[in-house]
Amino acid sequence: MSPPLLSVRHLVTRFRTARGQITAVNDVSFEVAAGETVAIVGESGSGKSVTALSILRLIPDPPGHIQSGEILFDGQDLLKMSDVEMRTVRGNRIAMIFQEPMSSLNPSLTVGMQVGEPVHLHRRAPWRMALEKARELLGLVRMSDAASRVNAYPHQFSGGMRQRAMIAMALACEPQLIIADEPTTALDVTVQAQILDLLKDLAERTGSALVLITHDLGVVARYADRVVVMYAGRVVESAPAAQLYARPRHPYTQGLMASVPRLDGDTNVRLVPIEGQPPDLARIPDGCAFAPRCNHATDTCRQAPPALRDIEPRHQVACILEV
Amino acid sequence: MADPLLRVDNLKVHFPVMRGVLWKKQVGTVHAVDGVSFTLARGETLGLVGESGCGKSTTGLAVLRMQDITAGRIEFEGQDITHHDKAQMRPLRQRLQMVYQDPYGSLNPRMKVNRIIGEPLVVHGMAPDKATYDARIAELMRTVGLLPDMADRYPHEFSGGQRQRIGIARALALEPSLIICDEPVSALDVSIQAQVVNVLQELQERLGLAYLFIAHDLSVVRHLCHRVAVMYLGRIVEIADRNALYQEPLHPYTQALMSAVPVADPVVERARKRIVVQGEVPSALNPPSGCRFHTRCPMAMDRCKTADPPLTDMGQGRSVACHLHTGA
Repeated sequence: MSPPLLSVRHLVTRFRTARGQITAVNDVSFEVAAGETVAIVGESGSGKSVTALSILRLIPDPPGHIQSGEILFDGQDLLKMSDVEMRTVRGNRIAMIFQEPMSSLNPSLTVGMQVGEPVHLHRRAPWRMALEKARELLGLVRMSDAASRVNAYPHQFSGGMRQRAMIAMALACEPQLIIADEPTTALDVTVQAQILDLLKDLAERTGSALVLITHDLGVVARYADRVVVMYAGRVVESAPAAQLYARPRHPYTQGLMASVPRLDGDTNVRLVPIEGQPPDLARIPDGCAFAPRCNHATDTCRQAPPALRDIEPRHQVACILEV
Repeated sequence: MADPLLRVDNLKVHFPVMRGVLWKKQVGTVHAVDGVSFTLARGETLGLVGESGCGKSTTGLAVLRMQDITAGRIEFEGQDITHHDKAQMRPLRQRLQMVYQDPYGSLNPRMKVNRIIGEPLVVHGMAPDKATYDARIAELMRTVGLLPDMADRYPHEFSGGQRQRIGIARALALEPSLIICDEPVSALDVSIQAQVVNVLQELQERLGLAYLFIAHDLSVVRHLCHRVAVMYLGRIVEIADRNALYQEPLHPYTQALMSAVPVADPVVERARKRIVVQGEVPSALNPPSGCRFHTRCPMAMDRCKTADPPLTDMGQGRSVACHLHTGA
């Protein structure tokens, strides 16, 4: 098998806060193959977004910093690159799509300039050609009336159109990897389906790998090839999507699946909530972070965090239970 | 059939759009709610679903009489409350309560939990002495799954799910017959949503409450509601029993909405037939002519552009507003 496109190894990202140092990403490892769609699933505070920002080295320092680990992209460690080298990767070979399309677009520049900017910067195309490319890209993301939209400003766009513009910008340099952090959370469901269908379709057509960060298990089921489940800064389970949904192994994954009502679920049975509260990163217990909410927890669980281990080919779980 | 607990008849809420500073001039009207009718029985949950701007929250506020009504009629427990003012509403507030979406913004950060939950009791004179008051607070907290010894804490000491329980306890304090829940779980983490959903269901079984459940999450609505009304641009386009609606949605918008929601199972997802509508919800300032959905409808016909389909009774408690089903 060829080496993966992206290999995150033992990544640790910390933040200094008023309540002491917190480890937002704790020993996270996962891989993304070329052209593959990997979903990172977790609730607020699970470290999924910080993982994404760490890959692009966009962690604000201070208060945050990447403590240790390796992020191998196409064989090169991104963490060893200089800032100048990193700028040739960002927006060029790895692109990012953020949750809030309004705050991630510059309100004082036309959409065309923003979509064309990566082409101008990375491909050294003159602005005239970059704007031509922007027009083409806006057509590619099926923006109606793309030719005239190039000169419009973000405030003239609806939420769905802004997210289309963000996708166009991400695709501008035909990146090998697109990281989308909750790209549709702020959008209505019918628009969410349009945008995700578009993103998946374009990633497939251009051969880009896609890392999709989400809390929505339905979105994962519809779009992902593989799933990485995070809890309290750690990966607790990682598996091909079909395998994970057919037989979730980690008690947290099992809990998540049982607690979410499904559009085709049995309405006569009660949902099974995960008792307790999501973890407070400033007060992570010594052992497994999920132990306080886990029905199967034993004394061993409370001593040391369980390591991620293979239970089947490509299926890893961080739990000591023989599941 | 017995009299419904709540009857909303041809409700309209329009907002004027003004221009100018000194000489204000009305330049348009937002038709936020434009002719909505439904009934809600005692002990029943009616879901109100739709995308942003469909008027579901405004409908909830109008029922609470926290929003002026342009036209129509609202009856609650047999009384016409359409034109009730604040003073007239006060005795009814005991019976008609609200749970809000944002568990952070809806609790006063400077009040301890026992005052937040107990304030309605004091306002309505239902706590004659300290002992009754404390006992009632403890009972309410236990009802929603909070420990009574947390009563002395401030809201910031609680997590989102716990705060939402505090909001529910406050709504329950006066023993209402109807609680309007506006997106009560959408601000919560997924593992916490189920806790609140279960609390709402248990309370209904125990106390016979009715809910008007306003939400955009179709899976949660299906789990919780007996009947569901689907709204689009200020109108109800389809209303039916939960099972009928989810098994066989008739309105093209309901179908599109259902098929946009992914099922958390890759095998089912791959086999699903999907209807994807194009574009986004048009502005309520200038709603499209004819059927308001015709601009996005995959099945639009010529008459949909001109004739507005009325909400028509299809039997078995289902009504649909679509020429495909109602047109001869």
